[in-house]
Amino acid sequence: MQASLAITAVPTGAGENTAVIIEGVDKHFGNVQALQSLSARIHYGRLTGLVGPDGAGKTTLMRILTGLLVPNTGRVTLAGFDVVKDNDAIHVASGYMPQRFGLYEDLSVMENMRLYAQLRGMDADRNADLFAELLDFTRLGPFTKRLAGKLSGGMKQKLGLACALMARPKVLLLDEPGVGVDPVSRQDLWRMVQVLTDEGMAVVWSTAYLDEAERCESVLLLNQGKLLFDGPPQDLTAQLEGRSFRLEDIGTQRRSILTEALDLDSVSDGVIQGAGVRVVLRVGASTEQIQALADQAQVRLAPVPARFEDAFIDLLGGGPGGSSTLAERLPPIELGSDIAVSCHSLTKRFGDFTATDNVSFEVRKGEIFGLLGPNGAGKSTTFKMLCGLLKPTAGEAHVVGHDLRRATGVAKSRLGYMAQKFSLYGLLSVRQNLEFSAGVYQLEGNTRRERIAGMIETFDLGKWLSATPDSLPLGHKQRLALACALMHRPPVLFLDEPTSGVDPITRREFWIHINGLARKGVTIMVTTHFMDEAEYCDRIAILSRAQLIALDTPDALKRSAISPERADPTMEDAFIHLVESADREMKATT
Amino acid sequence: MLVSSFSFTRLRAQFIKEVLSVLRDPRSRMVVFVPPILQLLVFAFAATLEVRNVDIAVYNQDAGRWSHELIQRLNSAHFITRVRHVDSQRHLHELIDRGEVIAALAIPVDFSRTIAAGDSGLAQVLVDGRRSNSGQITVAYLSTIAADVGAEVTPDTQAPVPVVVRHWFNPNLIYRWFIVPGLTGILALFSALLITSLSIARERELGTFDQLLVSPTSTPEIIISKSLPALAIGTLLGLFMVGTGVFLFGIPFTGSFGLLFASLVLFILSVVGIGLMISAVSMTQQQAILGAFAIGVPAVLMSGFATPVENMPVVLQWLAQAIPLTHFLIIVEGSFLKTMPPGDILASLWPLAVIALATLTMATVFVRGRLQ
Repeated sequence: MQASLAITAVPTGAGENTAVIIEGVDKHFGNVQALQSLSARIHYGRLTGLVGPDGAGKTTLMRILTGLLVPNTGRVTLAGFDVVKDNDAIHVASGYMPQRFGLYEDLSVMENMRLYAQLRGMDADRNADLFAELLDFTRLGPFTKRLAGKLSGGMKQKLGLACALMARPKVLLLDEPGVGVDPVSRQDLWRMVQVLTDEGMAVVWSTAYLDEAERCESVLLLNQGKLLFDGPPQDLTAQLEGRSFRLEDIGTQRRSILTEALDLDSVSDGVIQGAGVRVVLRVGASTEQIQALADQAQVRLAPVPARFEDAFIDLLGGGPGGSSTLAERLPPIELGSDIAVSCHSLTKRFGDFTATDNVSFEVRKGEIFGLLGPNGAGKSTTFKMLCGLLKPTAGEAHVVGHDLRRATGVAKSRLGYMAQKFSLYGLLSVRQNLEFSAGVYQLEGNTRRERIAGMIETFDLGKWLSATPDSLPLGHKQRLALACALMHRPPVLFLDEPTSGVDPITRREFWIHINGLARKGVTIMVTTHFMDEAEYCDRIAILSRAQLIALDTPDALKRSAISPERADPTMEDAFIHLVESADREMKATT
Repeated sequence: MLVSSFSFTRLRAQFIKEVLSVLRDPRSRMVVFVPPILQLLVFAFAATLEVRNVDIAVYNQDAGRWSHELIQRLNSAHFITRVRHVDSQRHLHELIDRGEVIAALAIPVDFSRTIAAGDSGLAQVLVDGRRSNSGQITVAYLSTIAADVGAEVTPDTQAPVPVVVRHWFNPNLIYRWFIVPGLTGILALFSALLITSLSIARERELGTFDQLLVSPTSTPEIIISKSLPALAIGTLLGLFMVGTGVFLFGIPFTGSFGLLFASLVLFILSVVGIGLMISAVSMTQQQAILGAFAIGVPAVLMSGFATPVENMPVVLQWLAQAIPLTHFLIIVEGSFLKTMPPGDILASLWPLAVIALATLTMATVFVRGRLQ
């Protein structure tokens, strides 16, 4: 299907196709330096990625480009207008879609669009053609009467996009449009942006997902307010040519191989990819050590193309080491049974809406089990029933053999839980948070003192003890949340989107601990939107429209998506393929 | 691992967490301590039904002795700031219309002459009906002054005074004696209501409530740990205000302190139950604060603080019996001025105990209900 949108021709005066010129921009908030002497250019007809981890300064730059913030020093022109002096002209020339849903949840799709048009001084009644065009383009046509608050994450973004396109801007600024959006909807957004750039618009797409950077024609890579790289992503990955390898088909040993690989001097970074381990060597390092490791494990070492994320980690000086001090302290988990978590015909209905429909599976001890699915597919509902936050309408869930409905207290004392936003008590100090989680899991006396001291040492929290969690750097905040969740040494750990919005280095450190825990026999249940995180899982369950549509190892899922045009599908390809074919089957049967 | 449905260790951890959450948060501290004390001072010093600092207009057409005498007395009356002399009836009306004076006195030409002739001198009093309460009180003050003038007219005859009013319990009708004991209850109510209604909503906003629900903690533990700090703070505030009433304002405390203390604890407990119910159904702290005021303000209005419960329609009188403040007001006002006997206090104490039990049970059900 090909959608198209007519956009007014972009001025190409004097052979100039520069849409935005950023010159020596500095911005600080109090003592926090958000942007530091930043200079760059953004061109018409091109998709420019504004890439970097949270807190890199992406949103600050976006807000400067739209004239919502004034830089401390430096100058920015957009479509020929100075963002400070010609502020009014900027609002006409640019379309901005903020990170958080900027529309009215209590108005319908159509009412939101009309309101937006009127705010822009357009006559909503005379622009029926434009509305029809935008609705067609975003495929929101069938949902005009639905309240914006009832739309899924992906549809909200599309509505936001439709409104941002209303005034036919020359420069479109999208602030993290991919956050909270499942791969299927994200695919849709990419397609729309492609059409817009083909027609000559300059589109800026900011993102913390480094895999999205590779899809951009040009990238501005930010870290801590500084521009690390400006140019086509391929130029950056080319610098790593010949340094990326994969140890293939290792199978069950892959976690210990990753640990050993990361502890080698010649390896700068490594992650698990399905049954294999992907490593990046340091500059000028020989393959000798890694080849020896491959020989010892009797697996094949194959060169693979470099990724944008490899290059980013390399620019920052490589990832963390391979051993988890946390896992070293933990005694191996002993369980009576080999099954750690199980659910049988699990169903949850809210009124006449079925959120989870007859889901059954078993998770083995020491397994890392991923729960994936598009927005609104019932992933969170299922997850919440498994850790006792929701009562199932029918069916049952067991944690280490205890029924969550009957033996609630016992079952709950055997599980650890880490929520999406590291739910810590912001008003309590770091030590008080640790004391609280020890107390609430009934740890007393010496055990309590030893556990708390152990966590402080393991996670290097010593100098932060009297600080509040909110004042901690993100990485330390995550460590504290993990420490609180593991204080009572649970045999099962539930992670709800544990690393969303966290930079790649902190994410690697987190997964090293998780791998270490799994090797000690801790069972890990995880939900995620990050496809590279799904690669760490032993098995993945994919939910769509409340039903379990696939359950297998990452490699088997990827193999199922192999087609003549796609010989080596990624996890994301596999996900989209499975969800779409399940949708087709459902349509065929109804 | 032994997991019982009640554990002292878990309870202590949560209790410490709750106390720290209130004490370490500058905003909570502000909300909990500053407004009650400020309100106590504001209400005690500013809110009064006495009429003071008003202006009176006088249109005097009489040049005789008695009108002069009357105006002299008005000039020296302590409740009048200024006596404004006007020279036409129209001007008199204007001053009242504009709200510049609360009452106006029109003295006719023959005022002194009539009195000299041995008849009653009549003067017209116009009162601003928009301020009916203060107006009536002003008329009463003016009548007293007129009577004094009358007494001078005939100094030798002992004018018989028909009624001598003596006010029991508060012989001088000091308004503060009435309002401060009532405020004790109202301010303790709002503090306890706000602390508890924010407590669960705050955790829900932070996401820590889920963290608490996945732990082996049971619902009664959550309720107890959230009740105790509010109970402690509410009771302390209540005692502080009782102390202020006795030692700062010198209001006679004649009842039993032990019984008042017991009633205060039961009263705060029943409010805590209501606060926790509000909190359990609120998704955000904003909703919780709105909920607390939506419940708190009508409760105060219907409690008998402002208007007697007996004057309300029968249905609302029944409803008033379900409001903890209604019963607490009877006890606290009785303990301050009336030396209420223990038997009468117990008659209002047991309904408080029933309400506390009911609200806390319902709060437990509401919190458990969040686990759908």
